[in-house]
Amino acid sequence: MAEPQPVLEMTGIVKEFPGVRALSGVDFRLFPGEIHALLGENGAGKSTLIKVLTGVHSLDGGTITLSGTSVRFDSPSQTQQAGISTVYQEVNLCPNLSVAENIFIGREPTRFGRIQWKRLRREAAELVDRLGLDIDVTAPLSSYPLAVQQLVAIVRSVGTGDADGQGAGTKVLILDEPTSSLDRDEVLELFALMRRLKDQGVAILFVSHFLDQIYEICDRMTVLRNGTLVGEHMVSELDQVGLIQLMIGKALDQLEELHDHQLRSDVGESLLQADGVGRVGGVAPFDLEIKKGEVIGLAGLLGSGRTELARLLFGADQPDSGTVTIGGKQVSMSAPNDAISEGVAFCSENRKTEGLVPDLTVRENIILALQASRGWTRPIPVAQRDELVAKYIKALDIRPANPEARVGQLSGGNQQKVLLARWLITQPKLLILDEPTRGIDIGAKAEIQKLVVSLSEDGMAVLYIAAELEEVLRLSHTIGVLRDRKLVAQLANGPEITPTRILETIASGEHQ
Amino acid sequence: MSTTTTTKRPPAAESRTPSKAAQLLGDRRLPVLVTAGLFLAMYVVGLSRYQNYGFGEAQVFMNLFIDNGYLLVAAVGVTFVILSGGIDLSVGSVIGFTTMFTAWLVERQGLPILVVIPMALAVGAFGGFLMGYVIHNFEIQPFIVTLAGLFLFRGLCLVISKESISIGDSSVSSMAGAQVSLGAGFLSIGAIVALVVLAVAFYVLHYTRFGRRVYAVGGNEQSAMLMGLPQGGTKIAVYTISGFCSALAGLLFTLYIQSGDPLHATGMELDAIAAVVIGGTLLTGGSGYVIGTLFGVLVLGLIKSLIQFEGTLSSWWTKIATGVLLCAFILIQRAMTARRKT
Ligand SMILES: Nc1ncnc2c1ncn2[C@@H]1O[C@H](COP(=O)(O)OP(=O)(O)OP(=O)(O)O)[C@@H](O)[C@H]1O
Ligand SMILES: [Mg+2]
Repeated sequence: MAEPQPVLEMTGIVKEFPGVRALSGVDFRLFPGEIHALLGENGAGKSTLIKVLTGVHSLDGGTITLSGTSVRFDSPSQTQQAGISTVYQEVNLCPNLSVAENIFIGREPTRFGRIQWKRLRREAAELVDRLGLDIDVTAPLSSYPLAVQQLVAIVRSVGTGDADGQGAGTKVLILDEPTSSLDRDEVLELFALMRRLKDQGVAILFVSHFLDQIYEICDRMTVLRNGTLVGEHMVSELDQVGLIQLMIGKALDQLEELHDHQLRSDVGESLLQADGVGRVGGVAPFDLEIKKGEVIGLAGLLGSGRTELARLLFGADQPDSGTVTIGGKQVSMSAPNDAISEGVAFCSENRKTEGLVPDLTVRENIILALQASRGWTRPIPVAQRDELVAKYIKALDIRPANPEARVGQLSGGNQQKVLLARWLITQPKLLILDEPTRGIDIGAKAEIQKLVVSLSEDGMAVLYIAAELEEVLRLSHTIGVLRDRKLVAQLANGPEITPTRILETIASGEHQ
Repeated sequence: MSTTTTTKRPPAAESRTPSKAAQLLGDRRLPVLVTAGLFLAMYVVGLSRYQNYGFGEAQVFMNLFIDNGYLLVAAVGVTFVILSGGIDLSVGSVIGFTTMFTAWLVERQGLPILVVIPMALAVGAFGGFLMGYVIHNFEIQPFIVTLAGLFLFRGLCLVISKESISIGDSSVSSMAGAQVSLGAGFLSIGAIVALVVLAVAFYVLHYTRFGRRVYAVGGNEQSAMLMGLPQGGTKIAVYTISGFCSALAGLLFTLYIQSGDPLHATGMELDAIAAVVIGGTLLTGGSGYVIGTLFGVLVLGLIKSLIQFEGTLSSWWTKIATGVLLCAFILIQRAMTARRKT
């Protein structure tokens, strides 16, 4: 079978950061009309490869050929003009601008240099609509949850290049973990869109840690490990087990372990009791009891109010009705301080804007919450601090395992682990985890889930939010089902509770 | 998928769109309305107290524009910079320098004012361009670079002359004295120029791609870069605009005061920044309206004239009132951004 000419070919790509060789001699080819997965553990170099290609980082060695001619891009705007549009890992949009503007900025429809606002809004609404999103495009981007923002970023990238004839039209579309905050429905819409583009001959580079998604949508895959190329395969020729082995360099049996892992069956006495807590525009009033050592998973579609419910319990949003009792004491929920002092910790889904301080080191970021809870006048003894930090770097397998590294320079998945470590280290009584495994590779994900199980065995209560139903089911004693910003059911986990059953509950909106 | 299956979507409009109340509080136009309201309230207070001293005359209102036209022009330039997430401390010095430069060329070198005007504007714009270039290419804090610009231009004033130079040129005085009558009163050329600059700035910021880029860069510079926007060029352009506006403000100031002095407009960058902030533009960038800046300038101007009408108060009260207002507005901004995040 004679292979067609690749639209994009990268050979011998080398990239060095001070002290780290992020890519050493990586080759990568992308053919027109194919969806190509780029795979590897956290920190393997996937995002770096993308950034080197698109001119965010300079190239230290190797060549890039686009449609047969050798190219080198100095900035993302050049790359865009050459017909490569990119959605980088993390949402990179302007929160202060409206959704419509975020989609069009840089290529707004103009007439004699004057922006045609009406046309811009109308076209933005159409684009958003095609992805199955029904939102007000004139509202500022910051008023929408992360998942919507992620979809907006995708809409932007797909639209790029075909506006007013400038640009070559999109030849290559790069999506770096576009599905990390999306629900099943949104993923399906995205896949439909990707297939349409593929049929038009667009080459798509797709990064994801969800292997099922890879097998569903991709034709070919390239696997990286520690900045080196491990192999390029057709998806049909390599099964999941073989793929995981390529990615982590050894057979994976630990994943199986978790499946047999028994959840602690007896939970302790009541820890948190919410009575009629609700907020207009947030979540309808609900009752919820969380016991010591209990893991409560929240399931629901995008926008069903999972995050909002957690924020109410934490006091990040003020409830306008109801009471929260923690450890037998009624707490005022006017600010998170009360919840924090009662031992509640909240690990936010939005690590970029609400979580990490990119210019501080891994150690400083990890220690931040613990130090804050002690007050600044009582510093943690150095030896104890270093020991704690080392322990969590090891437990979560943060790479590089260097407490002095700046967090902003870590790969996306490793940043997520740092955020998680920050809250684990405070040893809260109740830990609220909002999408804790977002962007985390398959090995580390299993580690984190095991950690949650062992924490619950030690008596910590956990409120666990994840888009993946299987993940929620695997870990939780009780599953709270949300629909349309209402807690519609609380199901005790058991053999009869399956993802289908939960989806049915979500669809019917009542406990059957 | 429109039937009730497992993938039924939530009724989107209500569940994903923020509530009305949240929208109002998060509305970026609110600070401008607050400032406009404050201006009106102050004006009404002035009317009720000094009605008999002629406060109600149309010309008193028009004088606000005549006496503050140069400040408005400078503040418009600063608005661009602050919207892009930067700061420009060189404004006052560039104004002072322009007065010296103009007076020197006209009086000592005998150049006609119409030749001097484009020269002064070019020097100001070039100075702004250089600062922007350094800020972008060497990744230095705008605070530092424009502080250097502040000293540099003030120093250059003294290089030209240590004494003030008064302008006796007849075409300058006729320009300065020109009155454009407007119903019950008149405006000076300076006031008209200022209003034109304001209108152009509004158009540029809201109806051109460049203007929207300024907001994008101010919202998140890193993202703007990754979105493929030329963020470097935008930043340089913004400082160039501010330099140009400062020079233009300097020319208006020269007309207004008819002299050049090395100490003219000392600290005026702070008045300009205050006007921008009081006008509702966030110091962190990315949010605000140039119309707000107009109200900011008018509020500051109105404080001055109220204190003049009062007659017994020392002019230092202007500064005190400005300080109090600034604090109040920064607190309001803080509350609003905190609100918006949740
Ligand atoms: N700006 C930077 N400075 C220094 N080191 C960096 C920088 N960016 C990335 N690195 C390092 O390069 C390596 C590869 O990171 P990269 O972000 O490409 O990983 P990744 O494969 O995308 O991982 P993930 O799945 O977690 O997103 C990591 O060791 C990371 O710490
Ligand atoms: Mg990455």
